[in-house]
Amino acid sequence: MAHSLKGITAVTGIGETAYSRGTHKSALALVLEASLHAIADAGLSPQDIDGIIPYALGPVAEEIMANLGMEDIRFSAQTPMGGASAVAALQAAAAAIHAGVCNHVLLALGRRGYSDSRIATRLAAMPQFRLIGEHENPIGALAPAQLYAPMARRHMELYGTTSEQFAEVAVTMREHALLNDNAIMKKLLSFEDHQNSRMISDPFRLFDCCLESDGATAVIVSSAERANDLRQHPIRILGVAEGHPQSPSTITQRDDITTLGLAKAAPRAFRMAGVSHDDIGVAQIYDCFTWTVICQIEDLGFCKKGEGGSFIENGRLKLDGDLPTNTHGGLLSQSHMAGMNHIVELVRQLRHDAGHAQVKGAQVGLVTGFGDLGDGTIAIMQRA
Amino acid sequence: MSDNYSKPLPEPSIDSQPYWDGLKDGRLLLQTCSNCKKTRHYPRPVCDRCYSMEVDWIEASGRGVVHSWTETHHPFHVSFRGETPYILVTVDLAEGVRLQSQLLNADLADVRIGLGVEVVFVDATDEVTLPMFRVAE
Repeated sequence: MAHSLKGITAVTGIGETAYSRGTHKSALALVLEASLHAIADAGLSPQDIDGIIPYALGPVAEEIMANLGMEDIRFSAQTPMGGASAVAALQAAAAAIHAGVCNHVLLALGRRGYSDSRIATRLAAMPQFRLIGEHENPIGALAPAQLYAPMARRHMELYGTTSEQFAEVAVTMREHALLNDNAIMKKLLSFEDHQNSRMISDPFRLFDCCLESDGATAVIVSSAERANDLRQHPIRILGVAEGHPQSPSTITQRDDITTLGLAKAAPRAFRMAGVSHDDIGVAQIYDCFTWTVICQIEDLGFCKKGEGGSFIENGRLKLDGDLPTNTHGGLLSQSHMAGMNHIVELVRQLRHDAGHAQVKGAQVGLVTGFGDLGDGTIAIMQRA
Repeated sequence: MSDNYSKPLPEPSIDSQPYWDGLKDGRLLLQTCSNCKKTRHYPRPVCDRCYSMEVDWIEASGRGVVHSWTETHHPFHVSFRGETPYILVTVDLAEGVRLQSQLLNADLADVRIGLGVEVVFVDATDEVTLPMFRVAE
């Protein structure tokens, strides 16, 4: 069982629109643009696509089919887990391909996260936030920054994690964004800039929080066999898993609010892939907040619970560090495409096509998702 | 006050209506499984230990300790403009379940894990009362 999806599929196509704060394009137009880029990147035509997993908050599969003239889609699904959705969709695609249901699955995510309503107003409409809407919104807990801040605060109190460590994450992501032409943030961020930025919800300052962005990102997953005949160097999915925390419908009701669903998923993915933590040459870790990177590094097993803050010190996440992380700038400084952009960046790194941010000789890497109230996802990929 | 109230209001479900009715009467009610006696929150239809759907509502002491907190400075909804900063606390109730609410009239410097707090019933509208907390005397 643990090996059933190992190496069965590969990412064969990636596509992105320009990322921005402000757009005149509809979310559907953005999704179609990124999808066409990804399909062309793979050397396929829209007619070759036979599976679609659209992001749960956005244009549905039927709209994509109608616009791209897709005549025979055999598989469509959704993975509504917020920021864990994109990597969860990799698992769903791999399972469907492995089962013989389809051959080429399009994952597409597009949003007007900046131009349309902001997160605090979007959240209440999401079914997975029903209990938050009933019990926590009325007392003034409205946005992810406020829901995750007590997780970070408890982590700080129990383990001595500091805002200075958060700053190191923010500054590193920005350095990486400056190497990326398609990153929204274009100005250097200093340690002092982070520490002097306004408080949003303690301990999160402005530069601990991710962007709200407009744009779209798409990925094609194909059977590993067919991938060999396509245009790009195939990037194999070696291990993939999703995990849900205790009490996944509310953060407050779980025993340990500092452990995420990723703590369950990561050992499954590493076991399936048959690689060790030392093999990971590059990581794209979901960074809706600086602290979530630190917490996930622990839940991934790179260090013990509580040691993530010291783990990331001394430039460990930088391009020349032990664990180069979010080499595109992440949600904090590239763009908030709910982690689909993290998948794209991992594929670029393993294709050795990441430009100025290329980690030399990257062979194996991982990407994570963190969604809603603690759902976690992970994929480990290898340059074939 | 009801006419001008613009903050988000709860939409009680069939499962949670007794909880909101209790708050209106100045009582913090929690579900306890009729079969195995496990207390649970937020209100939901089934016991996750024995799967009984029979429930008793018990009145909580209203006392608890701080599990974690945040002080919010950014008003994420227009109705909270003018009220920032405010402190949100995650409270370990004496009955063994948690809830998230506001800590009223407190200084951030005094808030710590384990700080004793007690419930205060705050009328939002004529129909809705919210459970908030203050530092225990």
